[in-house]
Amino acid sequence: MAGGGPLPGYLLHPFPLCRPPSSAPGEGAAYTVFPPHLPGRVDGAYNGASSTIFRDGRIPAAILSMHQEPNPMNRAPYALVLVAAAACSQGQARPASRPATPAPPPSAATRPAANPFPSTYRPFASTPTLIRGGTVLTAAGQAIPNGQVLIVDGKIAAVGATVTAPAGVTVVDATGRYVTPGVIDDHSHLGVYASPGVQAHSDGNEATSPNTAEVWAEHSVWPQDPGFVRALEGGVTTMQILPGSANLFGGRSVVLKNVPSRTVQGMKFPGAPYGLKMACGENPKRVYGQRGGPSTRMGEMAADRQSWIRATAYRERWERWDRDHTGNPPERDLELETLVGVLRGEILVHNHCYRADEMAQMIDMSHEFGYRIRSFHHGVEAYKVRDLLARDSISGSLWADWWGFKMEALDFTRANLALVHEAGVRAIVHSDDPTGIQKLNQEAAKAMEAGREIGIDVPDSVAIRWLTANPAWALGIDRWVGTLEPGKNADVVIWSGNPFSVYTRADQVYIDGALMFDRMNPNRRPRTDFEVGLFPAEAAR
Amino acid sequence: MNRHSLLAAALLLAASPAAAQTIAITGGTVYPVSGPAIRGGTVLIQNGRITAVGAGIAIPAGAQRIDATGKWVTPGLFESSTTMGLVEVDAVRETNDYEIRDVAPGSGDQVAAAFSVADGLNPRSMVIPVSRIAGVTTAVSRPSGGLIAGQAVAIDLAGSRMEDMLIGGPVAMFASIAENSRDAGGGARGGQSMRLREVLEDARAWARSRQAFERGETRDFSVSRLDLEALQPVLAGRLPLAVEAHRASDIQTVLRIGREYGLKLVIVGGTEAWMVASDLAQARVPVLVKVLNNLPGSFESLGATYENAARLRRAGVQVAITSGETFKAYNIRQEAGNAVAYGLPWDEALRAITLAPAQIFGVSDRYGSLEAGKVADVVVWDGDPLELLTRVSHVIIRGREVPLVSRETQLRDRYRQLDDGRAYRP
Repeated sequence: MAGGGPLPGYLLHPFPLCRPPSSAPGEGAAYTVFPPHLPGRVDGAYNGASSTIFRDGRIPAAILSMHQEPNPMNRAPYALVLVAAAACSQGQARPASRPATPAPPPSAATRPAANPFPSTYRPFASTPTLIRGGTVLTAAGQAIPNGQVLIVDGKIAAVGATVTAPAGVTVVDATGRYVTPGVIDDHSHLGVYASPGVQAHSDGNEATSPNTAEVWAEHSVWPQDPGFVRALEGGVTTMQILPGSANLFGGRSVVLKNVPSRTVQGMKFPGAPYGLKMACGENPKRVYGQRGGPSTRMGEMAADRQSWIRATAYRERWERWDRDHTGNPPERDLELETLVGVLRGEILVHNHCYRADEMAQMIDMSHEFGYRIRSFHHGVEAYKVRDLLARDSISGSLWADWWGFKMEALDFTRANLALVHEAGVRAIVHSDDPTGIQKLNQEAAKAMEAGREIGIDVPDSVAIRWLTANPAWALGIDRWVGTLEPGKNADVVIWSGNPFSVYTRADQVYIDGALMFDRMNPNRRPRTDFEVGLFPAEAAR
Repeated sequence: MNRHSLLAAALLLAASPAAAQTIAITGGTVYPVSGPAIRGGTVLIQNGRITAVGAGIAIPAGAQRIDATGKWVTPGLFESSTTMGLVEVDAVRETNDYEIRDVAPGSGDQVAAAFSVADGLNPRSMVIPVSRIAGVTTAVSRPSGGLIAGQAVAIDLAGSRMEDMLIGGPVAMFASIAENSRDAGGGARGGQSMRLREVLEDARAWARSRQAFERGETRDFSVSRLDLEALQPVLAGRLPLAVEAHRASDIQTVLRIGREYGLKLVIVGGTEAWMVASDLAQARVPVLVKVLNNLPGSFESLGATYENAARLRRAGVQVAITSGETFKAYNIRQEAGNAVAYGLPWDEALRAITLAPAQIFGVSDRYGSLEAGKVADVVVWDGDPLELLTRVSHVIIRGREVPLVSRETQLRDRYRQLDDGRAYRP
């Protein structure tokens, strides 16, 4: 499978037309902790009892969290038919590859619905805008001093040293500042572990069975999580919301646009494929060790493989029925529908894994069953097997420097991202954290510095890809976002200075050409419902 | 600054038995924190102490020279709330020595005043070098958990015996009036303060009747004899009571109890401290601030903002910036840098991770600034120490240069080449 496996199905399928979306406004929230009292962290695991988030270390067994993914769909307002159609195709739970059949029209109960929770996102109002004078990091390889970015109809119309702008365009002076694509975090639990982090908001880990491939993160997302707005203020325009890592199969993720919305449907990134959160190592065996298993790493692998065997059989049952139409169609199974989506290349695997040897096992398992791993998440030891990741075109969604919270996070090096990058792997700075997501540019800077210590000099123009183009690829949305190139969605951040400086802040954030955040303008600083009226006597925050 | 270049030979108390060495750091821009920056300054170190700071200082023959031309020279960074030396892997409980069962959630009396982390300190902890080589030279290593967690110590992050690292005795009693210590109060805020007052009253009563206590002629006390004794320096206002509190009203409760008993207080965390800044300033109570904390993560932190440190300083409150981390304590400079991004002047930010914590924990006679007579904890940087792309050039702790090696860099180097596709090189 060395880099030559089948393309993901969502790239191959013909694009069925889909319904135009409607739109809605909304927002989200997140959790916060004061660390001194408890150093531990668990990825996605949240201890609601004390004001402490365990990132991946000590997890109160009862409160584990994991990741999930979103299901973006329609992008009606866009003029490009291709884009719109492509978007639709991806939202389908089980598209194409099955020939159109005259069979009895199955009801939703008997046949997987193409897209039962469609995106209703529509871009906010925008005006043609010319951003000029700033240093433009396109994330497509260029750093353009005193560059210009033209936004028309929510798209990047032109980028360069000088561009031709239409009359009447709104001109934004970015002199002395930097212009980059919107930041993309491919590992967030915003909305599923919302702020405030009370037990009632613990919606990220369906820790009732080691395989909950049937759950969809979007069904947990609370759009009023204040963390969404904080992330926007940090330049984040798109994020993947994952279920937690308590389970081997945590469920589907959802890719969201960071816009105010009453509903999660209003945030779903049109056309983004679903992801499947998988986890290996300490978390699942800790959670299920005393609850029927798996209680060992070998038990985890066995449970994984048995699930893939069942999924393979399920796919065959459907394919046979689609071919023959004899008897009743197979009974729908939400868990297996998701796994079959992976086998068909329609759903992207996001695999939580720390240790090098475990990543190698997961890779072999993907070969055994014929699916691709899109990204290893956390990958504290990714540097040890960076050649294996490169060989299979698996991206590395990594922290700059998290470590020590548990045994499998012991062998960290701050040079992880740089080493992985140097080996030709798509390196990604991910957050897994509602605070970290706000400063992914700073996480990248720390990783750049660590690289320089060993002679891996990653320039700004390339490092910016770690938080833009590369996560866009990991999420299967790089056709639309991740770089400043003509035709791409105008998700743009204007930074107060070099984004890799600790003193720099996001000044303006555009999503699909619409100014969603402006540090200088209180009317362009969204606030979630949760934050309304919190301090009657303290109006000014 | 020439006139600041005092020679302090009289103060040459050996900080460490093996530190008989003279080092001259020359040519850099020196940021003493206690005074203005000195371009082309020299920091002279002899026998573990700083003996001179300034421009045009005579360098003794035989001194080891560190050329800091184009570089920045600062005091070692001081992390004021960590468990460094008390844990190797957080989820491996056998390696955790910062919390005793008395204060674990749901068990014990939630008071561990007599518990000092000192004997549990592991000078050989693999965690320490990771932050040390990033410029963190000094830390307050603290207990955790319960209403009263125990006694913290200040340590230099080098040495092979606990005694070589310790900076005097305990520097604070750590406690919590926050959501994470609600067990101590029967689940209600009023119960927490009731319990804290009960413990302080018991300690006061016990001190007045020690003999009677030993004869078994007193009423029962709600905590152990050891705890009662350990609280005496707190009641005397000598040992700071460092209380984690976040909600504005909880901070005010702590201030109220502090006034009632004449306590010397430090607020730890203080997420909403900026909302009661004038109360804190009036009471002269300092705050340890985690800067990157702006989410309403709980109902006690609805007012979280990145501007906490800046607003507190503007109100005249003493502020130290803490990473609040153990494994990632090196991120203290990122925290300070972000404080600058959110309104704190740069000089104040550097002070908040050097001299301010030294003052708050009562060791500023020896730590926190580059001045003759102080312990020689010095860092040379290739740029602004608060910037993320800046690299450490030299770290000196108690007058000795520390090799810039940790387990993390060794693993990095071990895997720098994957020559033959095998797992690792021997």
